[in-house]
Amino acid sequence: MAMDYLILLKQEWMIALILFVLLFIKLGKDIPNATLLPWINGLLCLNLLSGFFFNQEGMLFGEMFQTNARLVMEKNILNLALLLISMQAYDWLLAHKHLIEFYLLLLTAILGMFFMLSSGNLLMFYLGLEMSTIPVAAAVNFDLTRKQSSEAAMKMIISSAFSSCLLLLGISLVYGMSGTLLFSELPRHLSSAPLYILSFLLLFSGFGFKISAVPFHLWTADVYEGAPVSVTAFLSVVSKASVLFVLVSVLYTVFKPLADTWYNLLYLLSMVTILTGNLFAIRQNNLKRFLAFSSIAQVGFILIGVSAGTQAGMTSVIYFLLIYVFSNLAAFGVVSIIGAVADKHTIEDYRALYKSNPFLTWVLTIALFSLAGVPPTAGFFGKYFLLMAGSAKGNYGLILFASLNLVISFYYYLRIVKAMFMDPNEKPIDHIQVSWLPKLALIICLAGILAAGLANQLYTYIFSLCSGL
Amino acid sequence: MSNYSYLYWIPLLPLATFLVLGMFGRKYLSPISGMLGTLSLAGSTLISLFAANQYFFVDGKMNGVYQKITAFRFTWLTFSPNVSIDMSVIVDPISVMMLVVVTFVSLMVHVFSLGYMKGEKRFATYYAFLSLFTFSMLGLVLAGNIFQIYIFWELVGVSSFLLIGFYFEKPSAVAASKKAFIVTRFADLGFLIGILILAFYGKTLDIGVLVERLTSVQSPEYLGIAGAGFLGISVLSWGLSLVFIGGAGKSAMFPLHIWLPDAMEGPTPVSALIHAATMVVAGVYLVARLFPIFSMDVSVMHLITYVGVFSALFAAIIACTQTDIKRVLAYSTMSQIGYMMFALGISHQTGESGLGYMASMFHLFTHAFFKSLLFLGAGAVIHLVHSNDMKDMGGLRKWMPITHMAFLVGCLAISGIPPFAGFFSKEEILTAAFHNSPFVYGIALFTAGLTAFYMFRLYFSIFWKKEASHAYTHGEGTLTMKIPLVILTILAAGAGLLPFSRWVTADGISMETHTDLLFSAIPVSFTALAILLAMYWYKNENDKPARFASMAGGWYRAAHRKFYVDEIYLFVTGKILFPLVGRPIAWFDKNIVDGCMNLLATLTARFSSLIKRWQSGSVQNYALYFFGGIAALAVLFIYLWK
Repeated sequence: MAMDYLILLKQEWMIALILFVLLFIKLGKDIPNATLLPWINGLLCLNLLSGFFFNQEGMLFGEMFQTNARLVMEKNILNLALLLISMQAYDWLLAHKHLIEFYLLLLTAILGMFFMLSSGNLLMFYLGLEMSTIPVAAAVNFDLTRKQSSEAAMKMIISSAFSSCLLLLGISLVYGMSGTLLFSELPRHLSSAPLYILSFLLLFSGFGFKISAVPFHLWTADVYEGAPVSVTAFLSVVSKASVLFVLVSVLYTVFKPLADTWYNLLYLLSMVTILTGNLFAIRQNNLKRFLAFSSIAQVGFILIGVSAGTQAGMTSVIYFLLIYVFSNLAAFGVVSIIGAVADKHTIEDYRALYKSNPFLTWVLTIALFSLAGVPPTAGFFGKYFLLMAGSAKGNYGLILFASLNLVISFYYYLRIVKAMFMDPNEKPIDHIQVSWLPKLALIICLAGILAAGLANQLYTYIFSLCSGL
Repeated sequence: MSNYSYLYWIPLLPLATFLVLGMFGRKYLSPISGMLGTLSLAGSTLISLFAANQYFFVDGKMNGVYQKITAFRFTWLTFSPNVSIDMSVIVDPISVMMLVVVTFVSLMVHVFSLGYMKGEKRFATYYAFLSLFTFSMLGLVLAGNIFQIYIFWELVGVSSFLLIGFYFEKPSAVAASKKAFIVTRFADLGFLIGILILAFYGKTLDIGVLVERLTSVQSPEYLGIAGAGFLGISVLSWGLSLVFIGGAGKSAMFPLHIWLPDAMEGPTPVSALIHAATMVVAGVYLVARLFPIFSMDVSVMHLITYVGVFSALFAAIIACTQTDIKRVLAYSTMSQIGYMMFALGISHQTGESGLGYMASMFHLFTHAFFKSLLFLGAGAVIHLVHSNDMKDMGGLRKWMPITHMAFLVGCLAISGIPPFAGFFSKEEILTAAFHNSPFVYGIALFTAGLTAFYMFRLYFSIFWKKEASHAYTHGEGTLTMKIPLVILTILAAGAGLLPFSRWVTADGISMETHTDLLFSAIPVSFTALAILLAMYWYKNENDKPARFASMAGGWYRAAHRKFYVDEIYLFVTGKILFPLVGRPIAWFDKNIVDGCMNLLATLTARFSSLIKRWQSGSVQNYALYFFGGIAALAVLFIYLWK
């Protein structure tokens, strides 16, 4: 039994261990950031690798905690994203006074996500969700000298408190009517009684808040813009991915009795979300804000995949999120490096970037191509599988709408590419010497973008993991 | 069944060369790029020969039948459990035979180019393109899936385009490369639709499975495709005809042949490789690859036969009147491919009646050697004279003895004089034609005579006729140019003696062929007469040909102008398609389509600024919208949308 606690909770133990190590270092004497950073990244790398060994299925704590091969893989994806973000943040963190705190916050959030992913009970889920939100709000405030950063943190904490209380209301309504919080028992009680639908909507709004689906998305742009780029990347990739993972499995298993309702809900929200994301993204000049809105549109596409309600739907969502990790982090990585070194943030500043920084330009271009879904980048295959899974229901109107919006999204993605390659600029950004860690991270992302689409085995592998619906 | 999975190295080696030379060639590797390309291709050639030896002599045969082996397969894309695109390598007699031909001729061309292209500014690029072409062609040959064939089919088209336009400073080269690309693309459209039809009804893209399903009369797939009709013709015929149109485009069959003569703008070794020995026979190969399905449909087989035999005759007549030596060779290529096509068209699937199939493949095999020999010889001549026109040549036999011998052997081989290679393969084709259709046999016989006539017209005009106008200062070319000529001469002389029919037949069962002296007497004597006539007219300068030309009058002019096919195309596109179809569509595009797009863009921008107010920046509003959203959704889902 004791072994179970060790092995089933392996990934959580790993994070906790790193947290304690960092805490002890913090309490000890000062070590310069330049020495510390490679070690921390090394630890995170070990953390990622450890996820590939000694995996087992099982439950703990009276069904509060469960794990299986799919959950382990999802956690691995999150670990990978964290590692990439950390590598890309190198330049920014090098000069930061509170380096260790930054990692403490993000790692705690990740730990919360792991518990949320593995939860087998609504309360456990709620705890995990909170644990993954509050530290990130603190991290949003990490540009200590910038007022905008504090404002963003304030907005985020207030909005998330608001959404949490609605979520709790939903949970208590469910409990009040069914008398249970266990995922395994809930499906037997749920029905399409009005109160259940209301409580489901309240619960869903909690998810919607985290993945910034319209109309729960309004905090996104302000927070993304105010937060340090690395934290924005974390919010838009890691937070979103973790909640989407849970959303898919919860909808497909726990809320299966309400399938008709959530199918209609997703149908509606995905359209509104894609449209809103696109319309706002078109107008943005600040790259961070732009990426925020474009990621809202991306979530809309993911919701189409979720709406399928099949094994293919779940696979396409996980597959897309893996590709999204690579593509979005490549884009954020370049933006983060240029922001940290040259302090440039708008599309106008990026004009003629190709002449001075060909490597960064190519990375950003390929990342944007992948986000837009241009073949043969992985993003194309990701979107293709999402739409194909979604179309299995025969709702071709939705697919047509999504495809039209894909075309619109080409416009704003390619606008940046055009600026970088074609537009003239009198004061271009100087050549930037990229440190080796961020460079390595960008190359990994690039390799992921190029390889993940062509390696068909990946999709088949994920498909096989999603079998137990 | 032994393991052939090493075969994928054959295309991968040139691919690697292409990537290396393409990326680093011009900057770093320019001087050694030729050697690099040649060596890597020599590797491919050795593997191909090894594979051919293993297949034909060691273990390809089971119970007396050569097996179709899928050497290697991996799934590239899975759309659903039933539909997936597999990449596979197929090993059967024709693919192994083609492997040897492609790698070998390509190797010869690589070696020849070392001398011929020396000093070119874009030397490394040239070798990169050659490698790309070789890779694509090998991929096409080995493909076990129609989708894969289509990919490589387009890739050979692209590399041919790049190589025809290699001298892109010359406007004529640019025009020729565009013409080749557009005409073949047009045909490829037919090909694509054709394979989609076959794959749709056959429910698979895999060639082996497709052939199996569409050739058994009982299978539901066959009943489906043969039963369905469109415009009174069965869908099977439609699909096969469209596939054949694709093949006809690549193989320059009438009326899609117009790109081939112009393609001679490319470097001559390229013409030898792509436009004589390998790519242009891709159409023949395609028909042979799907032959079991083709032979299910008599009407399409007739189409193939008559297109083939007409192209053979048509091109031979034009070839008699051309003065550009490469164009003569181009038309003769078209004519010889016509032979291969109609030989397939008159063939059947099994036993003795499958003679045409075997003969077609045999002719493809020998033609590759003697035609690349002729082209490389022509290359050597052009290298010396710096002109393509016969008028600038004459009396060259003294200046280039090796080329002279090589060219003579090539001419004898293509004319079908025993014991040179072309005799045996052409003999089989004529035999097959004789047993199937006297009409086809007659035309083929006449064309054989024409072939001998125009080839020897070419030969005498280049090497005899008049004395060389001036002394040439440099010799025949480098050693690297002579070696391929000598090797190919030996093959053009001797390749016909190989017992080809034991190896490559329609049903995989070896058959014995024997030369019937009585039967061969007619074509051989006819051919000999044609050669004598060419000798009488062209060995010395005289006015007999000119007198004959003026006697033939309009007929001669028409043939000289290539029967005005180009002009007809120009008329149709310039006077009919552009003004009546193109312009209205352009107008529609500019005004209606763009107008709609602009309207959409304006609307988007308006709407976008309208909802901007939403994003006010104050959290209390956000909370309001948040809650309002839930409330609205609750009303919607509880009361309205159940």
